[in-house]
Amino acid sequence: MSCLQTIQDYALRSIGIGERLLPRTDFTLCEQVTLIGSGLIWNVYFGALALLFGFFLATAVALAKASPVWAIRKPAEWFIFLFRGSPLFIQFFLAYETFVLLPKSGIELNLGFIEITAATSWLTRAWAGALIVLFLNTAAYTGEIFYGALRSIPRGDIEAADAYGMTGLTKFRRVIWPTMLRLAWPAYTNEAIFLFHATTLVYFSGFPAWKQKGDALYYASYFADKTFNPFIPYPIVAGYFILLTLVIISLFGLINRRLNRHLPQATRSRIRFKPQVIR
Amino acid sequence: MFSYCSDPSSLEGFSWLACYLTNGKHMAFYGSFGVVMVLLLITAPAALAFGFGGAIAARSAFLPLRWFGKAYTSMVRGIPDIAFFLFVPFALDQGIEWLRHKAKCPDWEEPIRQGSDFVVCSVAKMPLSSSPQWVHETYGFFLAVLAFAIVFGAFAANVLFGAMKAVPRAQMETAEAYGMTDRQAFWRILVPQMWVYALPGLSNLWMILIKATPLLFLLGVEDIVYWARELGGAKTSIFAYPHPDWRLYYFLGLLVFYLGLTKLSEMVLSRLTYRLSHGQATMAGDAQRKAAA
Repeated sequence: MSCLQTIQDYALRSIGIGERLLPRTDFTLCEQVTLIGSGLIWNVYFGALALLFGFFLATAVALAKASPVWAIRKPAEWFIFLFRGSPLFIQFFLAYETFVLLPKSGIELNLGFIEITAATSWLTRAWAGALIVLFLNTAAYTGEIFYGALRSIPRGDIEAADAYGMTGLTKFRRVIWPTMLRLAWPAYTNEAIFLFHATTLVYFSGFPAWKQKGDALYYASYFADKTFNPFIPYPIVAGYFILLTLVIISLFGLINRRLNRHLPQATRSRIRFKPQVIR
Repeated sequence: MFSYCSDPSSLEGFSWLACYLTNGKHMAFYGSFGVVMVLLLITAPAALAFGFGGAIAARSAFLPLRWFGKAYTSMVRGIPDIAFFLFVPFALDQGIEWLRHKAKCPDWEEPIRQGSDFVVCSVAKMPLSSSPQWVHETYGFFLAVLAFAIVFGAFAANVLFGAMKAVPRAQMETAEAYGMTDRQAFWRILVPQMWVYALPGLSNLWMILIKATPLLFLLGVEDIVYWARELGGAKTSIFAYPHPDWRLYYFLGLLVFYLGLTKLSEMVLSRLTYRLSHGQATMAGDAQRKAAA
């Protein structure tokens, strides 16, 4: 079988398009590269969506944690503590067991005039269940980063906004939020990198890979188990993730440039590596 | 455990629960919390040693060694740690068996990789197939510890490398002015001073290490995640203590355990930071002096 044929068969295997059976004997390098690359679709899916949704919740959480009102601050603090203080691995298991225990027939919702049945079985699937966990998890980590940035906004900036007569939403949208993002961005870049790395945990933590549709590491460990040779599939995964990391760094670097475009060249903050890893 | 536990089917309510929670399998479950603590206590110094070596290599004057150190410290940035946890024990196991095979069976003719098999002569197996079960388990645990030490060593190397650079340059120049050799200046001046700078990064690393311990489950060690799944799964009436699917409660227990452990570490580490910054010429040290005055 030629390599082109393999790519046609397996390039979209992880989302269920193409050959149904995974290769079983005579594994070629081309098969491994294609199938592992196909699994990377899931890593990008989980990472990108969790990051996108998590960004908005994180802003809300950071603002809530900085709130002077006890009833708003405490839930945000507990949310952050809960997700940052426990391993992501355990969170995945816990979420999966919770979703499994939901009634299979769905939950009856009584809206007074009409009764609807909310289906729950899709929550036990990785595409939804794991995404929810990753979304809440990254929101907690990012919320803490944003909270730290919020507290280090220079007082002069806020005084200047006050002097211009800005209040409430205008002040937040024009001064506080952009400054917060600018200060948080280097740390947030690292968070994004490690969120993408954390997506490799999904298929090893309770959520089953339905019809063998898994992520990059799932296929790599499939090949390692079948060929009993870890020295080919794992370096392939490593290569893919190094590329993915470089893409993230350059994308976030572009946004960082835009956030800092009003500053003189020398004071611009560069993105630096800080290990804030495994959840 | 208790005398009335001999016939579980006759028990009700609280006494059932008391017997259930103290049966043999639960004792193994509680023991596995010890496994996690042992892992933490072995891995932390091992990772620190790896990290120290990595940091020294990364600032070595010898170019290939420096490349090696830089590669080691930056590999954890681009590659998911879970890939390492799956790869390292697997690769180490085969590597060790291959070396033993070369040493013990020099006149073995057949290739080691035959299709999808990895074949070494039986005396080169590690551990030997005749060894008892506990040797296999200990060996698996040892490989897991090594995987953790290698990955966390890379993180620690990053932290220590930064801390070594943070020690004021004037300190090293003073050492040179006193006529100390490079080696003396390193061990007598740089190393004692770098810990204050390394502490925030290292305490962060400790928290991460705590949160990485459930990954032992992926390495086939019978740890707390293994037992929580095992004990929590629904048990039919052929078991002594039948119950429905309780995995949720077991995992809630694990969650509380980890939250407690991270909270406790946070408290201890902040106390330690306070103690170490006492009298230091840093912002934290200044704040302490002002508070006392």
